[in-house]
Amino acid sequence: MGAMEHVRARLAALAGAGLGALSRAAGQGQGSVVGGHAILALEPRALSYFSSGRKVALVSGTNGKTTTTKLLASALSAVTGSDVVTNVAGANLPTGLAVALASARPRSPAVLEVDEAWLAKVASDVRPAALVLLNLSRDQLDRNNEVRQVAERWRRTCELAGPGAAVVANADDPLVAWAAMAAPSTLWAGAGLTWKGDATGCPRCGGRVSFEKGTWRCGSCGLARPEPSIWLEAGEGGSWRAAQRAASYELGLQLPGRANAANAVMALAALLALAGESAEVSEQALAAMAAVSEVAGRYATVFWSGTRARLLLAKNPAGWAEVFDMLAPAPTPVVVAINARTADGHDPSWLWDVPFERLRGRRVVATGERRLDLAVRLHYGEVEHVSEPDLLGAITRAGPGGVDVVANYTAFHQILAALRAKRAILPRTPSALAGPAGQCASPGPGTGDLPGPSTGQFGPGTGDLPGPGTGQLPGSGQCELPGAAKATPPGTAKTASPGSGKGAGDATSSQGVTAPGPLADLRADHG
Amino acid sequence: MADRTAATIALVYPDLLGTYGDAGNATVLAARLRWRGIEAEVLTVGSGQPVPESCDVYVLGGGEDLPQVLAAQMLAKTKALHRAVQKGAAVLAVCAGLQILGESFPAPGDAEGAGAQRQNDGLGLLPCVTRRAAQPLSATRRARSTPARPPGHGLGGELWSAARRASLGALGRPRGARSLAQGRRAIGEVLVRPQGRWGNIGLLTGFENHASATELLPGAEPAGTVLAGVGNQDGTYEGVVSGRIWGTYLHGPVLARNPRLADLLLTWAVGELAPLDDSEPAALHAERASRGPSERRLLERKLQ
Repeated sequence: MGAMEHVRARLAALAGAGLGALSRAAGQGQGSVVGGHAILALEPRALSYFSSGRKVALVSGTNGKTTTTKLLASALSAVTGSDVVTNVAGANLPTGLAVALASARPRSPAVLEVDEAWLAKVASDVRPAALVLLNLSRDQLDRNNEVRQVAERWRRTCELAGPGAAVVANADDPLVAWAAMAAPSTLWAGAGLTWKGDATGCPRCGGRVSFEKGTWRCGSCGLARPEPSIWLEAGEGGSWRAAQRAASYELGLQLPGRANAANAVMALAALLALAGESAEVSEQALAAMAAVSEVAGRYATVFWSGTRARLLLAKNPAGWAEVFDMLAPAPTPVVVAINARTADGHDPSWLWDVPFERLRGRRVVATGERRLDLAVRLHYGEVEHVSEPDLLGAITRAGPGGVDVVANYTAFHQILAALRAKRAILPRTPSALAGPAGQCASPGPGTGDLPGPSTGQFGPGTGDLPGPGTGQLPGSGQCELPGAAKATPPGTAKTASPGSGKGAGDATSSQGVTAPGPLADLRADHG
Repeated sequence: MADRTAATIALVYPDLLGTYGDAGNATVLAARLRWRGIEAEVLTVGSGQPVPESCDVYVLGGGEDLPQVLAAQMLAKTKALHRAVQKGAAVLAVCAGLQILGESFPAPGDAEGAGAQRQNDGLGLLPCVTRRAAQPLSATRRARSTPARPPGHGLGGELWSAARRASLGALGRPRGARSLAQGRRAIGEVLVRPQGRWGNIGLLTGFENHASATELLPGAEPAGTVLAGVGNQDGTYEGVVSGRIWGTYLHGPVLARNPRLADLLLTWAVGELAPLDDSEPAALHAERASRGPSERRLLERKLQ
């Protein structure tokens, strides 16, 4: 890269940091959106520029991105003894990634979660050392349309992965496995798949996939589960183990549930791919992952008006399938908070794919902006419930005593913000969560683990503003999928602007990220 | 009151046609029967399983392109749904389900639009035809993957052009109506005013997410006129109704949002019904009917 590009990229990073700080000071969230916008506008190849010279692992999937990213970053930091760059929880579009990378120390490794629809574009820019593919199921269908189309884009990304890129993929998810089979080499992990609603149609031929005895196979074309080299195993007394042919490790996580054990197995597999396999590495990594107690507020316990509330996030049927098993036993009450903003998907019909009948025998409080949709779902599911418009009021009505709070994406952030505004007791302060020096460094402001106070984002009737740290651009009613840019040759006017609609006044974004060129172009640029 | 003490509802191929929570329609129908003292059973018919012929209501949902083709092929082969319709069963078909019940629907194409010209045979149970909206509808030639039509179903070829001319698409569309533009999906809240025989069920609210346009043929009526959203193809009409088959693009699921439509279908199946306490479904219906159009306008402004 020439001197001019270097100067321009650095200026872009400065401008982005400045605008981000201004945005935060103005109470407009964490600044990763506006800052990232500025960086990408001034240096369209910022992702490529700021990721060169460092090892980057990209983590993607419908569920578990944020947790797996945190587990892998913690483990990688413990094993390598170096700072690890990671993105603001949830800021997983190019804007958020640009902010994280631009403010990071040169050469420090990065672990970044990436929105599943943006993986192709981001991977072609950063040329990752590892691609960690967790799972794919229906989510935000108003934006992603068909989950099969996401799998097809992933497959093309895997095809283009160079020999230096380790593809680490969940062998138990047929959509993921089919995509990752296109990679030159794949490290298969058996992380399981609880909800199979999108897994029964063969991604290759459309035939019926049957699941038996821990494996799967298409009855029509024979596509079958690849043999994993590391897998999740249930241990004794509800514990979980990561098993390999020659060894087996107790996970000992503080994070609850099968899904988080599966995330840990994916993170461990990615770590072994990045750092090399040894028992010592595995043990260091497991110790670091076991120290993680919450992820961006998820799994945290808070105290509010005499009620002890545990915060859980579930944003789609697959997520709910895992959360049911994390709930405290009945009759512990449950607060369910549902929104349908851009980052949630505008269509909450997925509520009908969740077997809420499993909540019978508990007191359920329906809240969030789409509580009426939820109330009707519970009505027909014959689940005892009340509706409460106020988020914290819902916790109060569910209490006293212990309650579980399950919220979808923006509702979860609203609850965190409301708890902060009321100075409810949160488990730890964000600064305490940043961890000891050398562990999972937070590059610059805005990357603290708990989303900062930003109640201004969520005034009533604010329309459809994206939540803090969602990485969604303003005006991103319908995200233009990055795959759409593939068909357009670089340099032509029609460009996929990241996360933005085709809005007028979006000149910065359409200038900001031009259509991804073929991988060969970028390679030549860097070679 | 209802002529019947028990009824069965078939949920057809939810593994293929169940992407948007439409299985909830069967849950709603069964609960509304049970709450009235009518025994109700939902038969979930997975793909590959035999489709029963003697159910009272059949529910088909939306699905992705490839599974939609498989569902159409299986239903065409068994003819069980055809026989059930002949016996007078009520059918609710949503989105992909609506499309496969028509004369033909688009073959899955790739992202570049290859294959966009090909049509797959539908079941011929609903007088309508669905085409990919990326091609101008007026320029669409009749193209079928197989020339033969199942005997006894659908219109003869010589009627085709007359049907096209007579179809509702030719009636023009109101100013400002939004149509399915080149390659763009119709996504967002929809509000519909039912017309004609169903004028008494109140407004219909739902969420649409489709890329193809459906044109009505003689023998079908629309469910109503579109107040917000796209509907079948251009913001004029929504839904295809013929006999006891109600085809719609509305997800939500549609019966969860529209209890009076649920009762209309149940009335077709089992006769007159006792009233129910509908305060929660009515509250959702009222909220969506009032907020849906403005949410849709907000989305469209962002897209412009």
